[in-house]
Amino acid sequence: MNWKIPAALLVVALAYPLVFRGNFAINFGVLVLFFALIGQAWNIAGGFGGQLSFGHAVFFGTGAYCSTILQLKLGWSPWSGLAASAGAGALVGALIAALSFRFGLRGSYFALITLAFAEAFRILTNALEFTGGGVGLLLPLKRSALNFQFAERIGFYYTILALTAISIGIAIWLQRSRFGARLAAIRENEDAARALGIDTFREKVKVMALSGALCALGGTFYAQYYLYIDPAVVFGVDKSVEMLLVSMIGGTGTVYGPLIGSLLLTLVGEYTRAITDAQGLSLIIYGSLLILIIGFLPNGLVDLFKLRWRRKARA
Amino acid sequence: MLEVRGLSKIFGGLRAVDSASLDVAEGTIAGLIGPNGAGKTTLFAALTGFLAPDEGSVRFRGEDITGRPPHLICRHGMVRTFQVTQPFAHLSVRENIMVGAYLHTPERALASARAEAIARQVGMADLLERTAAGLTVAGRKRLELARALATQPKLLLLDEVMAGLNPPEIDELIPVIQGIRSSGVTVFLIEHVMQAVMSLAENVYVLSYGKIIAQGAPRQLAADPVVIEAYLGHGAAQRIAATAHA
Amino acid sequence: MDATILGAAVINGLLLGGSYALVAVGLTLIYGVLHIINFAHGSMLMLAMYGAYFLLMKAKIDPYAAIPLMVAAMFAAGYVLYRGLIGRFSHGKDENILLITLGLSIVLENVALFFFKGDSQTVTVSYSDRMVALGPALVPLPKLVSFVASLVLCAALAWFIARTDTGRAIRAVAKERHGARLVGIDVEKIFAVSYGIGIACLGAAACLLIPSFYVSPSVGHLFVIVAFTIVVLGGMGSFIGALVGSLIIGLTESLSGLFLGEALGQIGISLIFILILLFRPTGIFSK
Repeated sequence: MNWKIPAALLVVALAYPLVFRGNFAINFGVLVLFFALIGQAWNIAGGFGGQLSFGHAVFFGTGAYCSTILQLKLGWSPWSGLAASAGAGALVGALIAALSFRFGLRGSYFALITLAFAEAFRILTNALEFTGGGVGLLLPLKRSALNFQFAERIGFYYTILALTAISIGIAIWLQRSRFGARLAAIRENEDAARALGIDTFREKVKVMALSGALCALGGTFYAQYYLYIDPAVVFGVDKSVEMLLVSMIGGTGTVYGPLIGSLLLTLVGEYTRAITDAQGLSLIIYGSLLILIIGFLPNGLVDLFKLRWRRKARA
Repeated sequence: MLEVRGLSKIFGGLRAVDSASLDVAEGTIAGLIGPNGAGKTTLFAALTGFLAPDEGSVRFRGEDITGRPPHLICRHGMVRTFQVTQPFAHLSVRENIMVGAYLHTPERALASARAEAIARQVGMADLLERTAAGLTVAGRKRLELARALATQPKLLLLDEVMAGLNPPEIDELIPVIQGIRSSGVTVFLIEHVMQAVMSLAENVYVLSYGKIIAQGAPRQLAADPVVIEAYLGHGAAQRIAATAHA
Repeated sequence: MDATILGAAVINGLLLGGSYALVAVGLTLIYGVLHIINFAHGSMLMLAMYGAYFLLMKAKIDPYAAIPLMVAAMFAAGYVLYRGLIGRFSHGKDENILLITLGLSIVLENVALFFFKGDSQTVTVSYSDRMVALGPALVPLPKLVSFVASLVLCAALAWFIARTDTGRAIRAVAKERHGARLVGIDVEKIFAVSYGIGIACLGAAACLLIPSFYVSPSVGHLFVIVAFTIVVLGGMGSFIGALVGSLIIGLTESLSGLFLGEALGQIGISLIFILILLFRPTGIFSK
């Protein structure tokens, strides 16, 4: 195992806000890491696990609402809320996976059912009173590190860096562990995996729980960073698609794909915002990139960076 | 070691396997032959949990394993290969074999070392870093064998592991399978290549239209014109006769 | 509960189902033949609706009169898209097609957003506000027209598939694509034609919807999940199934809105979708 790349990346990431001190630069760094985190969460299920999801917002929203409601209704610290979110995300992931896989859903059907679950959660939070309905929930401003509301943006930066580093660490572990090898086997050929003694149902439920937990962490971070959540945003199709895009464009089933995808998409997003007021340009570019990558670079942009740790499964 | 009693698998009224009973003794190589569509692969699938049997029972190493899922049967020591090879196409040969080896160890280094040892055993040590998708048919067949062996089975079910190989490749593979048996693994194989059945199996079952219609030493079956003419047809009779006299 | 309110809700639900059928019938054709999920269906509808909108605003062509034109244009668009993009880039993997059509829908929606902004546009034609008494309900004439048209469209498609040479080729490909190839059918062309026909249905749907509906870059979202639900409910590839499924979904939406309230009422469709996917992914009308 080559530890140079992750170590170098970590050093760069730690030094970045000390070199670029402006609010814009730090916000940019936060966004790159944030999308890398939720992209990696998607990638762990969609890339490493081979379970294509169109509804990962269900975990993101679960995380955002879980910590926010615990905080508003029960007075929990958002840090405890973060841990609770991970648990809730894992639980929802395991439940959706257990239902879907017990009934043998695969491929496109699995993608559709995840989409349907995200929609059901969106409609529920939109309709119920204790989730604030369509108006959403506003978190009271109380700047303090203990309250997960840093006075300086750099606090958010290092928090999201830690979460993203964990997600990348998990991806590295998946490449080198028995669990990861089993996921690769399932992704490549489920029958052969079963014949070799792998409990495919169990492994798939596990990976969805893991992915759901990581994604929920992203949801809590989002809630704390913006201090406002509503059903349309955190459970919306757009959120699911963002995660998928980040991962697909960067390279699914790879360790650094989501980070590369996130860097590119955030750059494109900030650049297009700088040159035009018209909406939609950045998404036109993302959508086109998705199509081109499926057509010509099935392993994502990672291929261009020659970081091919993992041969991706798409035959 | 393996006792099958009255096993049936029914597809919409068609008895693909019809009250089949057979025994495979520990330390032997047993064969299963029969014309195309006789139900051989279905029988293997029903033994290994890929299909739930509709009637009958499967006992393996003293336990009733009827209807257990494939992964539990594999963990209990019976593993199958597939007639149409099912490699993990984008993984290397080493990674493919490691998937099997991980059954008994969570340690990456151990699994990797075990994969190397098995690759040597089946004669693909110099292909370890090759991607499975790039292997020849012969290579894929060996990989099926290697992956299955890596789970450290007590009983290995080989589904036409010789099919599609040319005669020199078959000659190479026969001692490999004999070696597996001498290392203490019982082998039960479906085979169309009569040369392989003749030189490997001690006891052969003949399956036709889902029923076991004969059993015995290969030469004894080859000499049994009733069995051959009735169930394998003229062509097969001649092939077997030719092999027997060669 | 007042029988009049209930009756009106039932009629409105059925009419709504008619609108859904217009969209779902093309989707089910594409699924039935190509075995792919066309995620771009909603955004293609949006495109067609803008087409019908601009034909009316710029060229003064009445939406109903524009149907032949829009059907032809959308067929061409679908055919070319399949030939040039979807078929070529997917490497024969259905998950790739799902992702490509997702990419396509992102591009189309945001191109529309870029040029037309996010606002909703509505059109007014002489018959937009004409109401017709239908039992206990007063319904807008355009909705009644689109309901009848959805029945006609389903019948026309069913006839086309059953009786024409192209239809027979499509059925052959849908059932056994390798066999079809062996008997000399150009399978890739039939795929493109089927995709074109599925998209052409959206041309008709757009013209029929626009007098009583609005158009915006995201209008397709309203129909995407609903249309998938209908197609899965009715059995992917079945026109009658799509029609019946549409009516069931229209009724469900109308009645759950009545009993559960506007906000929670929408959950009926998601729940049906989840349950159908779990228990009968081949549709309730399959054997």
